Amino acid sequence: MQKYYSNITQIVGDVITVEAENVGNMELAQVITRRGTSLAQVIRLDGRKVFLQVFSGSRGISTGDKVRFLGHPMRIPTGELLLGRIFNGSGSPLDGGPALDENLVEVGGPPVNPVKRIIPEKMIRTGIPMIDIFNSLVESQKLPVFSIAGEPYNELLARIAIQAEVDIIILGGMGLKYDDYLFFKETLEEQGALSRSIVFMHTAADPIVECLLVPDISLAVAENFALAGERVLVLLTDMSNFCDALKVISITMEQIPSNRGYPGDLYSQLASRYEKAVDFDAAGSITILAATTMPGDDVTHPIPDNTGYITEGQFYLKNGVIEPFGSLSRLKQQVNGKTREDHRTIMDTMIQLFAEYRETLEKQAMGFEMSAWDRKLLKYGNLFEKKMMSLEVNIPLEKALDLGWEILHECFSPEETGIKRSMIEAYWPGTHEG
Amino acid sequence: MRKGRITRISGNMVTVSFDSPVMQNEVAYIQHRNERLKSEIIRVRGTLAEMQVYEDTRGLKVGEEVEFTGDLLSVELGPGMLGQIFDGLQNPLPDLAAQCGYFLKRGIYMEALSGSDEWEFTPIAKAGDRVRAGDKIGFVKEKMFRHYCMVPFSWEGFFEVVSVEKPGKFTKNQAIAHLKDEKGNVRPVSLCQRWPVKIPIRAYKEKLKPTEPLVTKMRLIDSLFPVARGGTYCIPGPFGAGKTVLQQLISKHADADVVVIAACGERAGEVVETIKTFPTLVDPRTGHPLSDRTVIICNTSSMPVAARESSVYTAVTIAEYYRQMGLHVLLLADSTSRWAQAMREMSGRLEEIPGEEAFPAYLESHIASFYERAGLVSLYDGTLGSVTIGGAVSPAGGNFEEPVTQATLKVVGAFHGLSRNRSDARRYPAIDPLISWSKYRSFIDQAQKERGQWLLRKGNDVAQMMKVVGEEGTSLADYSDYLKSEFFDFVYLQQNAFDPVDEATPKERQAYVFSFIDRIIQSDFSFTSKDEALHFFQQLRQLFRGWNSSPWQSEEFERTEAEIRALLAERIKAG
Repeated sequence: MQKYYSNITQIVGDVITVEAENVGNMELAQVITRRGTSLAQVIRLDGRKVFLQVFSGSRGISTGDKVRFLGHPMRIPTGELLLGRIFNGSGSPLDGGPALDENLVEVGGPPVNPVKRIIPEKMIRTGIPMIDIFNSLVESQKLPVFSIAGEPYNELLARIAIQAEVDIIILGGMGLKYDDYLFFKETLEEQGALSRSIVFMHTAADPIVECLLVPDISLAVAENFALAGERVLVLLTDMSNFCDALKVISITMEQIPSNRGYPGDLYSQLASRYEKAVDFDAAGSITILAATTMPGDDVTHPIPDNTGYITEGQFYLKNGVIEPFGSLSRLKQQVNGKTREDHRTIMDTMIQLFAEYRETLEKQAMGFEMSAWDRKLLKYGNLFEKKMMSLEVNIPLEKALDLGWEILHECFSPEETGIKRSMIEAYWPGTHEG
Repeated sequence: MRKGRITRISGNMVTVSFDSPVMQNEVAYIQHRNERLKSEIIRVRGTLAEMQVYEDTRGLKVGEEVEFTGDLLSVELGPGMLGQIFDGLQNPLPDLAAQCGYFLKRGIYMEALSGSDEWEFTPIAKAGDRVRAGDKIGFVKEKMFRHYCMVPFSWEGFFEVVSVEKPGKFTKNQAIAHLKDEKGNVRPVSLCQRWPVKIPIRAYKEKLKPTEPLVTKMRLIDSLFPVARGGTYCIPGPFGAGKTVLQQLISKHADADVVVIAACGERAGEVVETIKTFPTLVDPRTGHPLSDRTVIICNTSSMPVAARESSVYTAVTIAEYYRQMGLHVLLLADSTSRWAQAMREMSGRLEEIPGEEAFPAYLESHIASFYERAGLVSLYDGTLGSVTIGGAVSPAGGNFEEPVTQATLKVVGAFHGLSRNRSDARRYPAIDPLISWSKYRSFIDQAQKERGQWLLRKGNDVAQMMKVVGEEGTSLADYSDYLKSEFFDFVYLQQNAFDPVDEATPKERQAYVFSFIDRIIQSDFSFTSKDEALHFFQQLRQLFRGWNSSPWQSEEFERTEAEIRALLAERIKAG
């Protein structure tokens, strides 16, 4: 028999305080109001005072409303039945399908023992040359896309999700515009990927507390599949909204802010989510791709800054393309030696020449005279931008490497590229058959 | 058993009411159903004690019982730590994995050192000897070292050895000797002892000034910004500048007997690489796998925050313990910023008045007292041992003006500042020679070193100027200084971590090549045009690259050197 408590003594922001006994930290409760029933979670206990963050917000809660504690922390159903379904941030269906309550797992479980992790070594192919050749994505990697509002980061995430060779896609949307939600839904449906996807969607109009739950439930479900041997790709967009939700709650709770109003534990909060990316010894894996919008294109802002220290590299999305400088996959060395023998050569050479092209552009802009070499670089740079960098391009790695050789061949003589002789003999167009 | 009850729970801080005396920093266990959660008292007010819990606090309830232990947070010191991987509370992670599988279950604490392993003991002390804390009673063999069994550091005064066991096999808890104190009480000594992590071990005669260099085999560090045995240094840098790679290279190549790695609040993946590769890499100095000289303390970013705070203390205590055996120990802490952030989180929960960027006011003194645990010491028997501390710092936004970097710079002996510009230009190691400094003496001749540093500054000035006036507005003399400086940077300061020879340069080779380059720096090549100068240094650079990747004093090394000399001679004749 569960007791109802009706002594709500304080309502501040989305946090209510109720007097109750025998309540566990982080436990779930139901708040029963005139507007309906909402879930809430215990976030602080002080004597008899229980502080609850109410998932649907505190609007309309009366001091006489009832609270019932459920005796367990946040749980989420898992398993095959979730595939193809769309839920909100508290795990209720958004697609008109039935609610699920099977195979419940706790959200925000314990960290993985580092000695049970393995060194990641499987590449995830995306069909995007700027990723596959230059900053390969690796299974179990955690990688954010840094961009500013207005860049097509959601399109990029959707494209990677559809093309990536993974078993299950989990999309966690936080503070998305409704249009973006529809975009994801339609894209997954059109490409026939919805049947292997699970969506947890919090839109900008939804209560802010639900935004906080999205990464945790997405990752808890992902972890369950990974333990069963599946390769899971988790997309989190936009993590900046998650951080802002953290800020709102911590200020409501009168915690001392550290940097630009964000809580002092922002790093730990982000890390405990991103570190769920894992390649299990003898089971599946979780790969995390997240969108992080940088306020004011400022990479030193606390959100991108803390993220960068946690993740294994980052993709900079600028002017609609993945910027080759600044973008980094820290794990690429683990895989790009094992694809095709010319992979690293093409990667190094093309980037080096592209850097020279950028210098030439600067020289050109300052009105210096263009030499013959400068003109070659300009030609090369244009081709590179058009054929490699454009996000329209969609070709497998091998085709992209061949394309790299063709571009080099079109612009330079073999010596000018600085590529070693044995590679030239094997791959330079025209020097070998086929 | 003294007990208390929970009155308040906020994140990982729990407030407990008590009615018998409690001690600051005392360890207590929260009883939650059948779990016991470790925690530490960090503030006492009236009859309320505030404790940081080393575990996730979910499910805890007001009114639950807390048991005070009367002990400070301590580690177990004894044979069996080398090659081991511990968490911040010294739980052996491989044993935890064997028991709990993939995840770190809360409330599971395991013996740090195996209770069943037997060690071959050889006595040193004899009955009748007068000994004190830290004196050697005997030794066992741990990997390639003599692991000395010492009189426990916490024992005060002098003791008379009553008996010492004969050579034989012992487990860690068996007595290997009995000592009598001045009052006549006889106490047993075993192979292991406990020590509270937040208190430095002081069982030595005196602390000495660090002078001997600790060779890291990184040219930029050893030659220009050296680290001394028993000294301290810090590596601040923005993300992606290569802090962790640099720390990993140093942990592989540094000329230390024992390396303690404290992976504090960083990515788990990076530790995994160390854990998996070190057992397969052979240390050329000893012929043993690198893991044999390494102790890893691993409290990565998703593990509990309070244990992150204690992990650096656990690491430095283990380092001090091996120092007591007359060994030279290097402690690498990556990253001390995460440790400082853990202090900040706790301070926030205690609702202390915040200092700069919400760090607590005692941040500086805590950082200072941590680095002060480094040092070169002369032990009671005259042998020397040292603990060198290298701390990575992750400044918010890559800005070195922030409190953790500034507090660290005040107390360390060397500063290796990583710069985004250098790492973007793929100049590795990305230590910026224009901002870094060291108070220790390099083994490179002082005059040569100063000329090198002067050249780097000059080269930078010229480069800045050229951005404005272009190459054509720069004098030939300035331009050739610029080329020399770039040449010095490319062939000496930069090191290729993927080249098996170039990744580590021994001391002799550094001294030899540095003075060779010094002669080039001092030469006047009398160029007639900038193109000629550029072409010459390009050729020279190409040859040096090959020289750098040829093994020291090999035939190839000699041959390339001869080619370089020939090129130089030709140029000087032409000039």
